[in-house]
Amino acid sequence: VTEFDFDGRSIRFTAGQSVGAALLSAGVRSWRTTRRGGRPRGIFCGIGVCYDCLIIVDGVPNERACLRPATAGLAVRSQTGTGHDDLAS
Amino acid sequence: VARVVIIGAGIVGAACAYFCARRGLTVTVLDRTAVAAGTTGGGEGNVLLSDKAPGPELTMALRSARLWLELAGSLGADTLELEHKGGLVVAATAAALAALHAFADEQRHAGIDSERLDPAALRTAEPHLARDLAGGVFYPADLQVQPMLAAARLLAESGAGLRLGCEAVGLRLDHEQVTGVRTSDGVIPADYVVNAAGAWGSRLGERFDAPVPVLPRRGFVLVTEPLPPLIRHKVYTADYVANVASDDAALQTSSVIEGTRAGTVLIGASRERVGFDKTTAIPVVRQLAAQAVRVFPVLAGVNLIRVYAGFRPYCPDHLPIVGPDPRVPGLLHACGHEGAGIGLAPATGELIAALIAGAEPSIDPAPFAPDRLVGAPL
Repeated sequence: VTEFDFDGRSIRFTAGQSVGAALLSAGVRSWRTTRRGGRPRGIFCGIGVCYDCLIIVDGVPNERACLRPATAGLAVRSQTGTGHDDLAS
Repeated sequence: VARVVIIGAGIVGAACAYFCARRGLTVTVLDRTAVAAGTTGGGEGNVLLSDKAPGPELTMALRSARLWLELAGSLGADTLELEHKGGLVVAATAAALAALHAFADEQRHAGIDSERLDPAALRTAEPHLARDLAGGVFYPADLQVQPMLAAARLLAESGAGLRLGCEAVGLRLDHEQVTGVRTSDGVIPADYVVNAAGAWGSRLGERFDAPVPVLPRRGFVLVTEPLPPLIRHKVYTADYVANVASDDAALQTSSVIEGTRAGTVLIGASRERVGFDKTTAIPVVRQLAAQAVRVFPVLAGVNLIRVYAGFRPYCPDHLPIVGPDPRVPGLLHACGHEGAGIGLAPATGELIAALIAGAEPSIDPAPFAPDRLVGAPL
């Protein structure tokens, strides 16, 4: 099965797709909110430059969805803010 | 009214423009690229007293820190991103701590406040610091500004004419007296010309037949992804002071770590004499990152998003070159501030303006006078 989990939902993908492309194909437009305004973000440049499409993959925040290859069984989670709230004192 | 042409739109050129304009001089600033695109843009925005031993540089730094506070008062601290961050110098070993205490005691006699922190107090000041440090010293008067923003703000406030993308190629002289600057866009008339070209001050001096011994020392700064506020002060290790004061050409690194308003953490500081080569050196990046994690273990799981390099304009006696060139009447130098140019810029600009206007300077100009270095080998 070529699927990964996104916030509890199964996302199908084809070989060679990025996490971001698979999410877009499944109709998911945004998966992060900005640090200050809480605004929604998803794919913008699509080529790894703009850092807008940040997402949590297997517990690691700030992965670029447009660069991260989709693989079966990934645990992908939407991200809030820096994704590093656990570090705050 | 005397016409002043300042070459270099970095922080030093901007401060010279601002203070010259305040004295009623007519000011033009030119830069071969853009505002803060050279030495200034490769720095961190340090306004430090903590790293300076008593002497002329500290005198200039004290005057400059006071001017930065006045500028924040008149222009608005937010428009410069000026922060009363305070510097925290940490020592890993008892020997390093003893040396740090002795240094702070000397500085106290010169008017620099500081406070000794034991390991428990260190943890209160910076909760994420490594637990095994021997102690530290806190310097409440260390400041931070956003150097590019500050340079742009001072230039705008000065009302100076700004010529960007305009390169100085030589001087126009009449009976050895400066009457203008020859540029890629033609001659700009001037009664005084100020060399504020930062790390390129030596190259510019050569074009004016007035060489000054300024050498670039490369420093890398690492930038992390944005994080929640973790690091409150400008934190650096005690060996930074020794490295800045060193004459060694080989690579030296110490840790300088601080958070920014944008959430990123900046990690420095390396020093290497490699000419104007900006190629990213991965071993240096690795070493800086490892040292930062040693001081702040919380950074171990954090990504870097960017690395930038800058050139610290280094003079053989570690003092900036500020004042009139004895060989070319009308030419002044304001460069060679090493890694302290942001901090020292206002006092430099104030001094240049006073020297041009024939007014009483606020600090003794003699230790910075170009005379001392004319003819000195690079």
